Amino acid sequence: MRTIIFRTIAPYLAALMVLFSIFVLLRGHNEPGGGFIGGLIAASAFAIYGIACGVAAVRRAITLHPMTISAWGLFIAGLSGLPSLFLAQPFMTSQWWYVHAFGVEIPLSTPLFFDIGVYLVVVGSISSIALALEERESD
Amino acid sequence: MEAALSILIGLFFAVATYLLMSRQLVRILLGIAILGNSVNLLIFTSGRLMREVPPVIPEAFQVPPGPIANPLPQALILTAIVISFSFFAFLLVLAFRAYQELGTDDTNEMRVAEPTGEASPPQGY
Amino acid sequence: MPLFGPEATFFAVLAPFAAAIVAPALTRAMGHNAAWPLALVPAAVFVFFAGLVPQVAGGESFTPGIAWAPAYGVSFSFFIDGLSTMFALLISGIGTFIILYAGGYLKGHAHQGRFFSFLFLFMGAMLGLVLGNDLLTLFVFWELTSITSFLLIGFDHLRAASRRAAIQALVITGGGGLSLLAGFLVIMSVTGEASMSQVLAGGDVLREHALYPLILLLVLGGAFTKSAQFPFHFWLPNAMEAPTPVSAFLHSATMVKAGVYLLMRMHPVLGDTALWTTILPVFGGATLIVGTLLAVRQTDLKLMLAYTTVASLGLLVMLTGTSWEKAIEGAALYLLAHSLFKGALFMVAGTIDHEAGTRDVTRLGGLRGAMPVTFVAACLAALSMSGLPPFVGFIAKEYLYAGIWGDGGIYYALTATAVIGNALMLVIAAAVALKPFLGAKVETPKHAHEGPLLLFAGPVALSLTGLATALLAHSTGVYLIQPVITSITGVQSTVDVHLVPGYVGAPLILSGLTVLLGIVLYLKLDALRAAMAGTLAAIGWGPDKGFDQAIAGLVRFSAAVTHRLQSGRMDIYMTLTFLVAAIALLAPPLLTGSWPAALEMPDFRFYEWGVLAIAAVGLIAVLTARTRLTAIVSLGIQGFAVALIFMLFGAPDLSFTQFMVETLSVVILALVMTRLNLQPRDHRPMGYRVVHGLIATALGVGFATLLIRVTQLTFDRSLSDFFEAYSRTIAHGRNIVNVILVDFRGFDTFGEIAVVMITGLCVLALIRVRPKRAAEGALDKASGDEALSKREEVQV
Repeated sequence: MRTIIFRTIAPYLAALMVLFSIFVLLRGHNEPGGGFIGGLIAASAFAIYGIACGVAAVRRAITLHPMTISAWGLFIAGLSGLPSLFLAQPFMTSQWWYVHAFGVEIPLSTPLFFDIGVYLVVVGSISSIALALEERESD
Repeated sequence: MEAALSILIGLFFAVATYLLMSRQLVRILLGIAILGNSVNLLIFTSGRLMREVPPVIPEAFQVPPGPIANPLPQALILTAIVISFSFFAFLLVLAFRAYQELGTDDTNEMRVAEPTGEASPPQGY
Repeated sequence: MPLFGPEATFFAVLAPFAAAIVAPALTRAMGHNAAWPLALVPAAVFVFFAGLVPQVAGGESFTPGIAWAPAYGVSFSFFIDGLSTMFALLISGIGTFIILYAGGYLKGHAHQGRFFSFLFLFMGAMLGLVLGNDLLTLFVFWELTSITSFLLIGFDHLRAASRRAAIQALVITGGGGLSLLAGFLVIMSVTGEASMSQVLAGGDVLREHALYPLILLLVLGGAFTKSAQFPFHFWLPNAMEAPTPVSAFLHSATMVKAGVYLLMRMHPVLGDTALWTTILPVFGGATLIVGTLLAVRQTDLKLMLAYTTVASLGLLVMLTGTSWEKAIEGAALYLLAHSLFKGALFMVAGTIDHEAGTRDVTRLGGLRGAMPVTFVAACLAALSMSGLPPFVGFIAKEYLYAGIWGDGGIYYALTATAVIGNALMLVIAAAVALKPFLGAKVETPKHAHEGPLLLFAGPVALSLTGLATALLAHSTGVYLIQPVITSITGVQSTVDVHLVPGYVGAPLILSGLTVLLGIVLYLKLDALRAAMAGTLAAIGWGPDKGFDQAIAGLVRFSAAVTHRLQSGRMDIYMTLTFLVAAIALLAPPLLTGSWPAALEMPDFRFYEWGVLAIAAVGLIAVLTARTRLTAIVSLGIQGFAVALIFMLFGAPDLSFTQFMVETLSVVILALVMTRLNLQPRDHRPMGYRVVHGLIATALGVGFATLLIRVTQLTFDRSLSDFFEAYSRTIAHGRNIVNVILVDFRGFDTFGEIAVVMITGLCVLALIRVRPKRAAEGALDKASGDEALSKREEVQV
C-alpha cells in the first residue's frame, strides 16, 4: 500500500483533512457538523498519515501523545460547564459572549468550548487506537 | 416507509445474532459491528422517518418553518455510533490479544476463567 | 437528648457499640486488666435501666426515638416497659460480670481485644433487640445478634468444629430471622403499623385476621430457631465450641431467650388462640423432655448445661404457650431465675475447665479443697436450678406448678412433663455442682487451684443475686415480675411474690415429688446415661446429622446447577440470551394477538429501494463470505448502506459520522485481521446452524414486528417539538442535533466522551501488555500464522 504516490500525497491530504475537520467542528452549531464528526475526520487523517509514512512520523507531527490530547479534551469539556456556577446557575448552563474583532462579530460560548472538548476526546482516543494497531502491524 | 425499513432492521438483527452465536471470534466481531448498526437503525426508525429535510433551522427563521426530521433520535444515535465504534475497536483488540495469548480463535477452547472439569466445591466446613 | 430518663435510651444502646470500638486498643494497652474499665460500660447501662425501674413498675411505658428513614416509615425508636426493662437489666447486669470473666478466662490470648469487641457488639445488638420498637429495627438487631453469635462461636476459627458450629448457628438462626422478617412484613401490611407499641395497641386485629395462622407460623419460625426449640435445638449444644464466656452470656442467659422474649412480647396480640395454646405447649414440652434426656447422656459439663438450657427454653415456651396468667407468672420468675443460675453455672464450668484442664465430669473429682469459692458459688447456683429454697429457682417452680396444676387431661400432661423435666434438671444441677468437687481427688490435666477474682466474681455475684431476689421476694415481685406480667398479658396485673408458700397445696407437693424423683435419678445417673447412650446409638440419626446432609446436598445441588448454567461455553450463553430475547419479543403478540395491522406497499423511490437492497446484499454477503477480505468488504457495504439510509432520511450528521466510522472500522479490521489466522467460514455443524438460524430468525421477526407495531401507533413528538422550538431561540444554534448534544443534553455527552476516552485507554493498555506465551508450540504456531498473514497482506 505504501506506493510512492500515496506517500507523497498523504501529508498534504492529512493536513487538508485536519483543516477541514476544524471547519466542520466550528460550523457544527449552525450547519451539519460538530465535534464528533470533526474528531473522526481528524482521526482518519492521522490514520492515513500513519499508514503512508509510519506511526513514528505521526507521533512526531502531533508532539503530544494522543491520549494526552484526549485527556485535555475531557478537561476542557468539563471546564466549560463551570462558568455558569459563578452566575449561580446549574452546572453546564450555556453562556454566550459576543466578541468584536476585525469588524466581525464572533460569538463565543461555553457550548463551543464543550464541542471543542468533544472533538479533542474523539481525535485523541480514536487516533490512539488506530496508531496503536498500526504500530503492532509494523513491528 | 417505516414498515419496509423495519423488515430490513429485522434482517440486520437476525444476521447479527446468527453471527454472535458462533464460536469463532471473527464472526462474533462481525456480529457485534452489525448489531450496533441494527440498534441505531431501530432507534432511528422508531423516531419516524422524514425524507431529506435535515433538522437544521434556515438562517432566516427562529424556529423550523416546516416539518423536519426528528432531531432527538439523531442526537442519541450520533454518540452511539462513536461509542459503539470505540467499543468495537476495544473488542477487536481484546480478541486479537486473546488469540495471541491463547493460540485459538474458538471461544470453547478459551477456558482460563472457567476451566473444564473444575473440581466440585468443598463439602466440609 | 437528655442523659437521664427514658429519652437517653439511645445512648444506653449506643454505649456497648462505642465500647466495641475502643476495646481492642484498650486491651493492647492494659492486657487482660482492660476488663475492669470495660465492665464499667455495661454496669453504667445497668444503673441507667435500674433507674427506670420505679417508673416502669408504676405501670408506665415509654417510646423514645428518632426518625431514621421517614420516607419508609422506619424510625429508630425504643419501647420501654416491664418486659424490655427486665431483659435490659439481665443483659447489662450479667454482661458486666461476663466482661470481667472474659478478662480472666482469655488472659494472655492474642485476640482478647477482638473478643471483647465481639462481646460488646453482641451486647449492643441484644439491647437493641429487646428495646427496639420499630419492627424493622427489631429485625435488624435480631439478625445482628445472629451475626455476632456467629463471630463468637467461630472465635477459635482454626478448628473445624468451631467453624461448623458457627455456620450451623448462623444458618439456623439467620434462616429463622428471615421467617421472622416475613412475619413482620405481613403484620405491617395487616395492621398498617410499623412499631411494636402500635401493633400491641391493635387488640384483636391480628387474631381475627384471615392471615393469622400464617403470621403465627412465620413469627414462630423466628422464635423457635432462636430459642433452640425441638427440632431446631441442635445448634445450641454445638455452639458450646465457643469460649465459655460466650456460652454463659449468649447461649444461656440472653440471646437464646430472644425467641422467648418475642413470644412474650407478641403474646397480647398473637397469644391465647387455639393455635397458640396447641403449638407452643407441644413444642415447648417436647423440647423440655428431649433437652433434659439428652443432657443426662452427656459427660461434658458445658454440654450438660447446654442441653438443660434447651430444656429450660422449652419450659418457658410451654408456660407462655398456655396463656394462663398463673403460668405466665411462673414463666416470668423462671426467666429471671434461669438467667442467674445458668450464667453462674456456665462460668463455674468454664473456671473448672480453665483451672483443671478438663470439663469431662468423669475425669473430675475432689476439687472442693482446691477451689472453695467456686465450689460455694456452684452449690448456690445449683440449688436454685434444682428449685430448692431459699432461692429464686424455688419460687419460680412453686409458681409454675401453681400455674399449670389443675383438674383435667391437659393439666396432668403439662404437670407430668414439668415434673419429669425439673427432676432431670435437678440431676444435672447436682452432677455439675457436686461431681467435680466431692469425692476422692482425681488427677486432672492441670494442677487445679482457685481461679483469680476475675473468674469467680461472676459466679459468686450471680448466684448471690439468685439468693437475694428470693429473700427480697416481695420487692422482686413488685419491681420486676409484676411489670413483666403486665407486658406479657397486656393488662395491668398484680402479683404477690413470696418465698414461703402460704399454704401446703399441690405446688409444694409437686416440688417435693420433683426433688425425690431427682434424687433417685441422680443416684442412678450412670445407668441412666448408659441407657440414653444406647437409645441414641440405636436411633443413629438426628437433626444434627441431617443438617450436615442438607448442607452437603445444597452444595452438590448448587454445584450441579452452576455447572449446568455456567457451562463456560460462550456460544451457549449467547444462544440462551437470544432465545430468551426472542421469546420476550414474540410472546406478547402470540399471546394477545396484537400483531401489526396489514402492511401497505411503501412509496419508496427506486434509489431508496436500491439502498435497502444494497444493505441486504451486504448482510447476506457477510454471512456467506468465504475469505476474510470478502467479509470485511461486505461489512463495509452494509455500513455504507446504513450511512446512505441516514442520508436519505434527513440525517446528514449521522450519515457523515457513519461514513467516517465505517471507513475507520474497515481500516482497523484489516489491520488486525491480517495478523490472525482466523477462518471466517462457518464451521458450525448442520444441527447448530439450524437451531441458531431459527433463533436468529425468530429474533429478527420479533424486532421487525415490534418496530412495525410501534411505528403504526401515533407518535408523541412533544420532546422533539421542545428542542425544535428552543434550539435557536434560547440556545442560539441552528443545527438542532448539535445543540441537543452540546447544550440541552451536554451532561450526557460529557459522560459519553468519557466512555470513548476510557475505551481508548483500555485499548492502549491491552496492546502494551506484551504477549506471554507459555508453550513453545504456541509460539511456533503464531509465527507460522504471521508468515501466513504477511503473504495474504501482499495479496491484498
